[in-house]
Amino acid sequence: MSNYVYPRFPYVCSAEQRSGTLRRHPVVVIGAGPIGLTAALDLAAHGQPVVVLDDNDTVSIGSRAVCYAKRPLEIWDRLGCAAPMVEKGVSWNIGKVFFRDQLSYQFDLLPEPDHRWPAMINLQQYYLEEILVDACSRNPLVDLRWKHRLVSLKQTDDCAVLAVETPDGIFTMEAQWVIACDGANSDTRRMVGAEFKGQFFQDRFLIADVRMKAEFPTERWFWFDPPFHPGQSVLLHRQSDNIWRIDFQLGWDANPDEEKTPERVIPRIRAMLGETTEFELEWVSIYQFACRRIDNFRHGRVLFAGDAAHQVSPFGARGANTGVQDIDNLAWKLALVLRGEAPESLIDSYHEERAYAADDNILNSTRATDFITPKTRVSRLFRDAVLDLAQHHAFARPLVNSGRLSTPTPYVASSLNTPDNASVPAAMTPGTNAADAPVTVAGKPGWFLNCLGSGFTVVTFDKSVTADQLSIDGIATRVVVVGRDIDDGKGLLGQRYGASPGTTYVFRPDHYVIARFPQFDEAGIADAVRRACGKPGTIQQELAA
Amino acid sequence: MSLTLTPNIGDPDDFYAELIGGQRDLSDEEALRMNARLVLLLANHIGDRAILSEAIRLARSPGG
Ligand SMILES: Cc1cc2nc3c(=O)[nH]c(=O)nc-3n(C[C@H](O)[C@H](O)[C@H](O)COP(=O)(O)OP(=O)(O)OC[C@H]3O[C@@H](n4cnc5c(N)ncnc54)[C@H](O)[C@@H]3O)c2cc1C
Repeated sequence: MSNYVYPRFPYVCSAEQRSGTLRRHPVVVIGAGPIGLTAALDLAAHGQPVVVLDDNDTVSIGSRAVCYAKRPLEIWDRLGCAAPMVEKGVSWNIGKVFFRDQLSYQFDLLPEPDHRWPAMINLQQYYLEEILVDACSRNPLVDLRWKHRLVSLKQTDDCAVLAVETPDGIFTMEAQWVIACDGANSDTRRMVGAEFKGQFFQDRFLIADVRMKAEFPTERWFWFDPPFHPGQSVLLHRQSDNIWRIDFQLGWDANPDEEKTPERVIPRIRAMLGETTEFELEWVSIYQFACRRIDNFRHGRVLFAGDAAHQVSPFGARGANTGVQDIDNLAWKLALVLRGEAPESLIDSYHEERAYAADDNILNSTRATDFITPKTRVSRLFRDAVLDLAQHHAFARPLVNSGRLSTPTPYVASSLNTPDNASVPAAMTPGTNAADAPVTVAGKPGWFLNCLGSGFTVVTFDKSVTADQLSIDGIATRVVVVGRDIDDGKGLLGQRYGASPGTTYVFRPDHYVIARFPQFDEAGIADAVRRACGKPGTIQQELAA
Repeated sequence: MSLTLTPNIGDPDDFYAELIGGQRDLSDEEALRMNARLVLLLANHIGDRAILSEAIRLARSPGG
């Protein structure tokens, strides 16, 4: 029924399989979904060659991710992919929530002006993956291999040994590090014996993609208990190419095989859209949702990311959005360790920071799911009471939860942060991802995030600083002086960073703040960079001496 | 501040009559809906999370 033509990527027998030579690769990524592809691009951006194995030869099939939030777009921009996504996708800001036949309330994502990327875009997952595959195939450091299925994995002291099946049979390869991005049913997770625990929701959802020329505005519409689908919820979202996503909550008793048939699906959609709207089914699936997480993101030399590490219900659009941030967190750490610039223990901070973020996402998704599908009669009464009140009174609107916008989880308690100096105002504390702002670079308008690059960066509001680079234990740390290298013409950078003359921030390669100082404090900066590399700081060393 | 557990309602009999009277002609289902709305309205008025937590705890087991 689909009009979308799935690309077929060519299978190529690798030189190592053909010649039967055992090769040890620095990094092998399992799975070329959005997360594995992003992992490849991010490692390559850090100068690291990477092999990606995928058991299939095309992009994501059917109705999956739709919404991508600002932070993943910033990350994909660092990897050179965000512009085509935004261009192909649909931007939206208004969300409406209906209860029965009434508009309960509406929200506006109201993106703060003067940011480069929108708060949210909608784009079919297959288009997103096409863009990522295209970027990978143009990157000489990325070796993307289709029809390569991981069938077994063993770990020795210094590498992982992978058995990989292709149309030409099974061969063995070695990897110093493996990034498992093979999705919610991860084979790799099973191979290392990791636990994946959490909650399955006793409910089923019909997810339909529908092609129509509709009158609906480009807004997110969510219905609780609508007349056309009583007792359940419905979500409508616009994607590109006049494709609309409709989610129908079906309840636990629904028969998934029957509900998927056009004879059942078409009347549901007709009841919603009215008799006169012409539409065509593009894809239909039935899902049961779950919120689960792996016990540890690191199992020896195998690192888990994306759905292989955590699964969330889609309310709030957190799956791919959070998986991309796993990679943002991991890639620079792995590159530093592979180059011998940081101790291997730095990798443990990946679990520390991203398990914390996964738990935050799971909490948000579970709360949204509990609101949308109340588990008891009384919780349903409270849910309906919130919706009734929200229609008339502002106070109840923040209680309505049809999914919360995915925003990055700050690593507030991370061991990589340098304890904060309270004399800089609050907003951008260590552990927070860098806020963007319009700036001028060499007389041309640009964006602050694009000035941060792929290493450690010091940004100082002290114009007397002359250094443009510091070498900290051999790690090149760029110095950007506001007023010398970039201009803050609108004053927004200074405002967003609570800066006064002298204020100095230190950013990690994934653009999180690790430290800030009232002055350009070279010793403090060096200490902060060491700490963020997982090395003991000089202060601790002195104490130990 | 903590949850007020000493008498605080000016005219207790009148308040109680109003609370019960407000539900007299409602079905059980409607009354439960009304109660849910009432809880939410009052909770928002109080606002203070610590006090709300204490109230939820005490409502569940009145002896504390
Ligand atoms: C209905 C629905 C709506 C959603 N909406 C959103 C949304 O709006 N926003 C959002 O951010 N997320 C959303 N998600 C979640 C999103 O789809 C996932 O989080 C995302 O696909 C995870 O990407 P991944 O790369 O980790 O895994 P996957 O996309 O599952 O990719 C895994 C890849 O690994 C390959 N693979 C598996 N096993 C092997 C093996 N043994 N060897 C080699 N390769 C293997 C597979 O072929 C596949 O290509 C939604 C999901 C659903 C179901």
